[in-house]
Amino acid sequence: MNIVIIGNGISGITCARNIRKLDAMAGITVISEETAYFFSRTALMYIYMGHMKFEHTKPYEDWFWKKNRINLIKACVKKLNSRDKILHFENGNSIRYDKLIIATGSNPKTFGWPGENLEGVQGLYSIQDLERMERNTKNISSAVIIGGGLIGVEMAEMLHSRGIPVKMLVRENSYWRNILPEQESKLIGKHISGHGIELLFNTDVKEILSSDQKRVSGVLTKVNEKFECQFIGITIGVKPNIGFLESDEIETDLGILVNDYFETSIPDVYAAGDCAQFRKPKSGHPPLEQLWYTGKMQAETLAKTICGQKSAYNRGIWFNSAKFFDLEYQTYGMVPAEINRQQKSFYWEHPSGRHAFRANYSLVDERILGFNFIGIRFRQLTAEEWIREGQTINFVIQNLKKGWFDPEFTKAFYNDIAKAFFKNTEITTD
Amino acid sequence: MKDISLSLTTPSAGSPFQKAGAALTSCGILCCIIATFGFGNNYPFTFFFLIIGLFIAGGLLYSIPYFTAKNGLKNDGIMQNSLSSKGAIAWGIAILMTGFYIILYWFPSYLEGLIRTMNPLSLLLRGKSADQWFLYGTFYTLAVLIMSIRFIGKYKFSRYQVIRTISVMFFQLGFAFLLPAFLLKLNQPEFYFSYFWPLKYSYFFPNDFDYLIKSGNLGVFMVFWGLVMTFIATPILTYNFGKRWYCSWVCGCGALAETLGDPYRQNSDKSLKAWKIERWIVHSVLAFVILTTAMLWLNSWKSGTIFGNASGLLSQWYGFLIGSVFSGVIGTGFYPIMGSRVWCRFGCPMAAILGLIQRFKSKFRITTNGGQCISCGNCSTYCEMGIDVRAYAQKGENIIRASCVGCGVCSSVCPRGVLKLENLEEESRFIPYIRHENK
Ligand SMILES: Cc1cc2nc3c(=O)[nH]c(=O)nc-3n(C[C@H](O)[C@H](O)[C@H](O)COP(=O)(O)OP(=O)(O)OC[C@H]3O[C@@H](n4cnc5c(N)ncnc54)[C@H](O)[C@@H]3O)c2cc1C
Ligand code: SF4
Ligand code: SF4
Repeated sequence: MNIVIIGNGISGITCARNIRKLDAMAGITVISEETAYFFSRTALMYIYMGHMKFEHTKPYEDWFWKKNRINLIKACVKKLNSRDKILHFENGNSIRYDKLIIATGSNPKTFGWPGENLEGVQGLYSIQDLERMERNTKNISSAVIIGGGLIGVEMAEMLHSRGIPVKMLVRENSYWRNILPEQESKLIGKHISGHGIELLFNTDVKEILSSDQKRVSGVLTKVNEKFECQFIGITIGVKPNIGFLESDEIETDLGILVNDYFETSIPDVYAAGDCAQFRKPKSGHPPLEQLWYTGKMQAETLAKTICGQKSAYNRGIWFNSAKFFDLEYQTYGMVPAEINRQQKSFYWEHPSGRHAFRANYSLVDERILGFNFIGIRFRQLTAEEWIREGQTINFVIQNLKKGWFDPEFTKAFYNDIAKAFFKNTEITTD
Repeated sequence: MKDISLSLTTPSAGSPFQKAGAALTSCGILCCIIATFGFGNNYPFTFFFLIIGLFIAGGLLYSIPYFTAKNGLKNDGIMQNSLSSKGAIAWGIAILMTGFYIILYWFPSYLEGLIRTMNPLSLLLRGKSADQWFLYGTFYTLAVLIMSIRFIGKYKFSRYQVIRTISVMFFQLGFAFLLPAFLLKLNQPEFYFSYFWPLKYSYFFPNDFDYLIKSGNLGVFMVFWGLVMTFIATPILTYNFGKRWYCSWVCGCGALAETLGDPYRQNSDKSLKAWKIERWIVHSVLAFVILTTAMLWLNSWKSGTIFGNASGLLSQWYGFLIGSVFSGVIGTGFYPIMGSRVWCRFGCPMAAILGLIQRFKSKFRITTNGGQCISCGNCSTYCEMGIDVRAYAQKGENIIRASCVGCGVCSSVCPRGVLKLENLEEESRFIPYIRHENK
């Protein structure tokens, strides 16, 4: 069996590795245009900031691929011909496959603002973007980030590490407010501002300006406010990278449409990771999952199916994590920006503004639904077990210590949290 | 892939404090050189205060920005800095340090002028004039203390790091510097209570045993202490806390590596090949020291009839190759190029023993927090022992490696809070995290 994978990101590579684990004989070829070897996209910021070099971001040594008989090709796939099971490369070569896995990831989203294509305006997704950012930010004295998501704050931190003043223009009225509840959003916003990043909320961009029609010189907002800058980072999200499929009959929408087995509309063609879109997402689940974690989990499931153990994707209990400058954030289960009427929420915040905790639970039977931790490390195993088993909020609060994951000797807050919780509930039952 | 980081502009250049600190430290080194060329003989007091004062002032100034900065990781620019990324400055320091060790060990007479500057302190503490080893001990302790301050500033967000560093300062100053000096002053054997066989190999050689036992009650206690620490305390403590109780909390070699060596920790080789070489060398050294010790005892038991001069010769070679060249010249001199724990990783027989216990019979592990790893590589990059921490973390496996000294830096630099050093039940150590859905 000749398996071809497009994309050497976490999804494509996890597929390749897991297929090799399950099937010693399969022919595995991974084609990718970005880099010769798999690297960790999540570490891009650390290269810019000088914490690591590119070589440090490669999770496997270069000999690994040969040893595991995973054939790597550095090329750009231009066209899929699924009828003849053939891929055409930009360099004129082509390759046949028995089974094809498309794991081409994302591209930064753009909005269509006038001036978006000026020099010095860019998103951050690939290593080439990083090199461009390196050039674009040399000797500049101010920068603007449009959009307030995770990559936006990473870019802000990167620029900040070089002493470049940064303004972040955010459409919402508070940081990452479409994902975070109000308090967390405020707390993190404050932390980011505390590092000297100028957060401008309720700010919509109208136009990107240039004084010489070549390079960016500023940005104009919808209320005609003008900010000068020599660099603009656009971080308003990502979109599946599927342009090269246009000429084929494979069904796409935002991404490549797949079922729970990552099967596309074409037999023997599969898609996973950022570029895949669930045809019928489970209720409460998004159709696109654009995370490192989900890419890995999707690929593990798909590898089984490819190797004959047909398996449906089960994402399990949601989790995610991020870091905003010095604040670590972990979330488990469902913690929406706004709770509904069947839910209750308990929030605790340390006076320093560096630690916070939230637990959401069901109003009816007090079963725990999800957690947010800020400036607190918590055991995933414990959080998941509690959510899965439907432990009550009382039990959870009383047993927080069991899941505490902060380094030894760190001042722990489970007692403060318990005190605050039980005081609160007393007041409400009074 | 070309090396992208080479094209980087340097992030915000060092602060004025750091520049001033570096300048004062360089003046200190200059004073050392001047003293070496004879002036130390004539003006010991002046040069003593100049050298010590400049080093302390330089170190403190250099550390100030770490304390005034916000609480958080401070690794910006490490890969572009010539000092920390094997650039010209790093090579310069490596040559300087290696040269110092070579002169210290084999040509101490050249250092006469510098040694004399330590006379006032030596007379005060030990009641006798300074020799090359007192000079070395003073510089060593000074380096640990000053660079500890920097380290505490850099990692002030982590109480584990702060407390651990206070511990190494305490053991270096108290147990490895002051106490042995006082013992000398009281006409007792100069004994280091914080070093044990096989790191301090001669403590189990028949000659040292004889000498200590003959020197009186305190000497007998020292022999007893050494035996208890090596055979009873070491296994028990390592079982309960892992190798770290010694390597990154007590040991003086570890203390220097963690403090003076911290700017270079990222230069350790993480490849599988390096790991293989490490295991061969470090266990060979262990075999070498056990063999030497055993032969010396057999020989002395049979009054020299078995091996003749051979066992004595072997111990001389061990002292030269391992005791001097490996642990000193290479072990410290190569910090800037091979990372801060060259000796601890490749050479130290004590580390080898502790490592075997840690790997096979211990409660210590670095727990990986479920599936949270994003494979970024910070942990592996900053592991001074060259452990590819990420290789375990991204699989949801705990990190249980003989060489891990439990410095905790991997946990401190991880941006997702994935790693936790802890002592839990031994049985659960090797169980990886598997998603419930995949069970
Ligand atoms: C800066 C940044 C930080 C992030 N941080 C986090 C984080 O902390 N946590 C988290 O969960 N997620 C994070 N993400 C998201 C995460 O990195 C992505 O979800 C994940 O990398 C997607 O993996 P993938 O394998 O699906 O696609 P990708 O990693 O995008 O890999 C796809 C590969 O396919 C190649 N390719 C595409 N088209 C072609 C073609 N036609 N021919 C040949 N090759 C092609 C691309 O060049 C690319 O190398 C971050 C993303 C970025 C950009
Ligand atoms: S694995 Fe972590 S704790 Fe162990 S030596 Fe490496 S950095 Fe230190
Ligand atoms: S630093 Fe943390 S997230 Fe990064 S590779 Fe290591 S364990 Fe994973």
